[in-house]
Amino acid sequence: MVLRYTKDHEWVNAEGDVATIGITAYAADQLGDVVYVELPEVGQKVAKGDATATVESVKAASDVYAPVSGEVVEVNSELGDTPQRVNEAPESAGWFMKLRLSKPAELDALMDDETYRDFTDSL
Amino acid sequence: MADTADDLRRTPLHELHRALGGRMVAFAGYSMPVQYEGILAEHRWTRASAGLFDVSHMGQRVLSGPGQDAVADALESITPGSFRNLAPGRMRYTLLLADTGGILDDLMVTRPAGGGDGQLMLVFNAARKEIDDAYFGERLPGTFALEALDDRALLALQGPKAVDALARHCPEAAGLTFMSATEARFDDAECLVSRSGYTGEDGFEISVRAEDAVRVARTLLDEPEVKPVGLGARDSLRLEAGLPLYGHDLDETTSPVEAGLAFAIAKARRETGGFPGADRILRELAEGPARLRVGIRPAGRAPVREGADILGLGDTRIGEVTSGGFGPTVEAPVAMGYVAAPYAAPGTDVQVSGRRGPEPATVAALPFVPPRYVR
Repeated sequence: MVLRYTKDHEWVNAEGDVATIGITAYAADQLGDVVYVELPEVGQKVAKGDATATVESVKAASDVYAPVSGEVVEVNSELGDTPQRVNEAPESAGWFMKLRLSKPAELDALMDDETYRDFTDSL
Repeated sequence: MADTADDLRRTPLHELHRALGGRMVAFAGYSMPVQYEGILAEHRWTRASAGLFDVSHMGQRVLSGPGQDAVADALESITPGSFRNLAPGRMRYTLLLADTGGILDDLMVTRPAGGGDGQLMLVFNAARKEIDDAYFGERLPGTFALEALDDRALLALQGPKAVDALARHCPEAAGLTFMSATEARFDDAECLVSRSGYTGEDGFEISVRAEDAVRVARTLLDEPEVKPVGLGARDSLRLEAGLPLYGHDLDETTSPVEAGLAFAIAKARRETGGFPGADRILRELAEGPARLRVGIRPAGRAPVREGADILGLGDTRIGEVTSGGFGPTVEAPVAMGYVAAPYAAPGTDVQVSGRRGPEPATVAALPFVPPRYVR
């Protein structure tokens, strides 16, 4: 299991060649109450940096960028009825999507837990 | 996210907001709390119980001149309202108009319960204070004075249980009806309390001296019905209540008739005119305006936001969203905006351009949540 973070406040939890992706507790707190999440289609191919999901909070809409490249193999359809999961458990039950990694080496460029905590502390 | 930059102004409750965990943002030149525990929870608490809002950033003013009729006439020269017939202790909503008929600001006018003796109390929008002050200065003769009450705070206590909490400290409040006001005491603090607000709920606005503001706010927050509520929920509450927000739903290009605010054009003034922009406004009253402010209900779950185009079913642009978000009480996205008059009937199918392309939506009657004013 490899857990990595991006400067856009996404987390990537890779197990084998499949990575689960969501937004961090820091991001969820900054966004405020999430009221809608637009997720990609299963089967969609995404490149690192693509806007692949949209999270709408009471305050504003924000894009979620693919932190790595791959094919969407599963999305968290529970978020359709319970978008508040993103606030309640952003780094577990509030996950967004699972990607089958096409370029696993992209994980190496992302931050580990300690580096990400230092990054958010600096904001 | 903007935080408390040094150049932002602070209300007398600034330190209290921080102590309560308020998330501070820049709003109209002030550092203001956008939320405490969360916008959804604060919104729902206000509709179910009572929310305390700091609205001290708004412009409290006293317009004074040589006699009550003269002051009323002066205000009538720059608004479409009637103020000679405003009874002591009564409030009226009015609009400051440009010569084009556009809206410079919307404001509350209160005649002091003691009669006034040549005074009317005004409350301006925070972001319009300087413009309004200058306009009064330009348009009214030197026999009239507009005094800024910068040494006063303004609190709003809104929700069905607001009256219970407030009456324990200010019994006179319970005797007021919607859009009335009185000088009173909150415990031992001098205050001006009115039964009014910006949420669609029963509630009050309480003007107190700055040095009493923290004590009054803390006393109210100690009441079991009351929690602090930030600007985020204030916005979602007023949006559900169908109330326009200056700078978003109203600006210098929108007329009172387009904005659905014709109720603010007094009956007598419809015949006599004599207010800025009367040509355009009376013509729109007679012939109907080209566009109208309406509610918008998106068919899907995604909120639509200010600035989104409103499209007819044939993808032609027919208007624009001016406020939009999620309605916690409606439990669905809600918005308001302007559409060309032929599309303004509630139930009309339209589209709203979203981040994902045009999405189906329906023109809806305002308000989204019925008001619960105590008349």
